[in-house]
Amino acid sequence: MTESHPSPSPLSKKVEIPESIREVEPVRSIRSPVKLVYDFVPSPPVQEYLRSYSKKRILGHRSPIDGAVFVPPRGVDPRHGVLIDEVVELPDRGHVGNFCVTHLPIPGRDDLDTPYVSAWIHLDGANVGFLGLVAGCDNDEVHIGMRVQAVWKKEEELGNTAENILFWKPTGEPSIPPDEAGNRAWDHDK
Amino acid sequence: MSKSHNFRDIAVISVASHQTKILSQVNEVQLMADLISRSRNSAGLKQEEIGFTCSGSSDFLAGQAFSFVHTLDAVGAVPPISESHVEMDGAFALYEAWVKLQIGEVDTALVYSYGKPSAGSVIDVLATQLDPYYVSPLWPDCFSLAGLQARSLLDKGSISLERMSEVAMRSQKNAFDNPNGVRSSEDISLDDLMSEPAIADPLRKSDLSEIADGGCAVILAADNKADSLCDRPAWIKGIDHRIDSHTLGARDLTRSPSASLAAEKAGRNSDRLDIAEIHGITSAQELILEKEFALEDETKINPSGGALASDTVMASGLIRIAEVASRIISGQVDRGLAHATSGPCLQQNLVCIMEGK
Repeated sequence: MTESHPSPSPLSKKVEIPESIREVEPVRSIRSPVKLVYDFVPSPPVQEYLRSYSKKRILGHRSPIDGAVFVPPRGVDPRHGVLIDEVVELPDRGHVGNFCVTHLPIPGRDDLDTPYVSAWIHLDGANVGFLGLVAGCDNDEVHIGMRVQAVWKKEEELGNTAENILFWKPTGEPSIPPDEAGNRAWDHDK
Repeated sequence: MSKSHNFRDIAVISVASHQTKILSQVNEVQLMADLISRSRNSAGLKQEEIGFTCSGSSDFLAGQAFSFVHTLDAVGAVPPISESHVEMDGAFALYEAWVKLQIGEVDTALVYSYGKPSAGSVIDVLATQLDPYYVSPLWPDCFSLAGLQARSLLDKGSISLERMSEVAMRSQKNAFDNPNGVRSSEDISLDDLMSEPAIADPLRKSDLSEIADGGCAVILAADNKADSLCDRPAWIKGIDHRIDSHTLGARDLTRSPSASLAAEKAGRNSDRLDIAEIHGITSAQELILEKEFALEDETKINPSGGALASDTVMASGLIRIAEVASRIISGQVDRGLAHATSGPCLQQNLVCIMEGK
């Protein structure tokens, strides 16, 4: 390697380098690239979710324990470790549960100006948040409980991916009170 | 183990496992939700009644960082649980749970592990566990390294090609009655096996473990708790794990001193063994282990077919424990040895001796 690298930390004892390699440039680092290729096949609930999502339909799973609705569906209720197979369709509208204003760009997302707002969107009828961007208003207008609706990609750009919603924009409806907004799965059965 | 340490009596009281060539209808989380709830249900325990939960899996195998956190969805971790994870076969997670139970703070533990090697190239994934300077950059696959090991054994004259095929035949016939046996045959002959071409010379296809997706869940309980939850617990009389050098060239690959020492420390010699479930990824490795454990004709070896019949990286070792435990719990056998390995060419070895009372 000819690039400059930080020197190794000093050794406690002086090392005698054999004469035969004294004039040779020392090896300060090696590179051993690792590349592993995976063929990831989504499980049937995820496949059903992605196919529907490409048609602007958002599916969730309803817990057999207490009826809490999880979105996106994963096939289990993570609180109880039980399998779920009841599918529910959710509207593409909800409220901001909580949000974050980010000033650092996302590598590879040159289309996304900073600062941007990411948020947990709580779809009407769901008990957990759904990650998305909030736009269509000034960043400092975004608040917990703000009602929003999805802005989907153009029909021809929709696909079996998680990227079908461009962002969530304010609907102008009255906001949810902050203490009623956000994650409700964990106290659903109280 | 020495009596002076006042070890608690700890037993396997319930097991559930599943292996198949390719897991296509469920992901790891769904598979484990099913196996974990089956193991808990047959022990009559709810998650909040379990004192400690420990799992084994590999992010390199899953191709995903912190993949084990996803799998906690299958456990039901609310209200919050005491939990740990090892990036090793589930047998080593069981060892951690056994230590936790020995400390005496908890009386029950859930141990599980899983692997879905069908998502990638497991032989390449395993190359990344090797010495990163001299060996890993050459990308030797696990079966090629095991092939060098088998060749050393042949050169030394301690095994023969025929003995290897006999082990392969034993695996396929024993696996015939095992619902988790991926490669099995009721009537395969030695001639059939010996006419197969070599893949990692001298190893033929049947000498190599059959890679499979799957998982395993095990419930442990201590003292009276085990007796109250299970009619015939599989008491762990000894458990120990040992390690040989990571440097392949520094080892005599025809032996596995760490396996032998682990068996000795686990109390292999204190009584006869009805069965032994040993974990080798090749027929030749099973032959090394038979010798290191000094297994005699009275011991039935790998009644499940072993890892040769279905090998789920990260779970094959725990499944060996489950196979022995389930036979003790059902009353088929009284005493058995379960073995798990990790690393290249039988580098790390765990031995667990179980007994019905």
